[in-house]
Amino acid sequence: MMLLSRFTAIVLLLLSFQALGAIQEYAFDSEQDEDRFKKLTYEMRCPKCLNSNLAGSDAPIAADLRREIYDQITEGRSNEEIIEFMSSRYGDFILYRPRLTIATFFLWFTPAFLLLAGFFIVRRMMVASQHSGQNDGALSSEEQDKLHRLLDNQAD
Amino acid sequence: MSNETKQPMNRRLKLFIPVVFFITMAGFLFFGLTRDPNIVPSAMVDKPLPDFSLPSLYPEAGEFSRADVVGDILIVNIWGSWCLPCHIEHPFLLEMSEKDPSLTFIGISYDDSMPEDRLFLEERGNPFDYNFVDLGGSLRIDLGVTGAPETFLVDPDGMILYRHIGAIDSTIWKNTFEPLLAQIR
Repeated sequence: MMLLSRFTAIVLLLLSFQALGAIQEYAFDSEQDEDRFKKLTYEMRCPKCLNSNLAGSDAPIAADLRREIYDQITEGRSNEEIIEFMSSRYGDFILYRPRLTIATFFLWFTPAFLLLAGFFIVRRMMVASQHSGQNDGALSSEEQDKLHRLLDNQAD
Repeated sequence: MSNETKQPMNRRLKLFIPVVFFITMAGFLFFGLTRDPNIVPSAMVDKPLPDFSLPSLYPEAGEFSRADVVGDILIVNIWGSWCLPCHIEHPFLLEMSEKDPSLTFIGISYDDSMPEDRLFLEERGNPFDYNFVDLGGSLRIDLGVTGAPETFLVDPDGMILYRHIGAIDSTIWKNTFEPLLAQIR
């Protein structure tokens, strides 16, 4: 038990150092700039490792690009300028939040379209079942006769 | 009468909408599966080689800029002696630079391993007509490089025609570089 709690303490200690290292890679003049840095490195994809963002990647190019973003923030460039700088070199690939263009039109609006289409289909089905369900599933006298005939046939 | 036969027909056709939708989505999926996710399309192809001013790997040779190299067909190779695939492609680069003297080979190495890079070229041979050190990584970023090795083909007008990610070998050279070179010539 003692050993386990010691182990947990060591793991927690190591984790806390890691978190500290990630935050203090760069020093910022203002909290606002630090937030911009976090947001930009969070929303840009590492070009080398495909499934992680710049903030969470160990690839050398991610470190290069983090430094570039830091430099541009301290030089006073706006978020839009930095995003433009990156996408002109790495393409839209680097943006985890794709921009609205002709090519990404379907990407942005297909989910909403499908949701609306689904809503209308379900509504139509409900309306249709209300109309046809007015006899509560009871059989008409014609259908009753047919059923009896079928049952009689089977009984023979 | 015609209305009665038309109605169920339409209804039946409607049943196929989900099927068509599914086939379309499956088509996109299969198209996606045939693509290699590691090959990221370069935004720099068909754009001019960016301006740069970089020191030589050999300090006594001084600095070079874009104007010093543009005019020939350039093979721009991003490398580092610490990069294993660069070791693998190195003999092929050597072979090509000897075989085709009309191509100008430019080696751009990272700025963190200059002595090791010089030693590497000394021991294994130098395929490059120019050796630059990308101080601060500015050219790497301007070229949209994702890592080492990467190779760019630049025409005599200074336009980037092609970017290859990863080590080059004779198959890749034959299938992608040679047709482009034939076009330039």
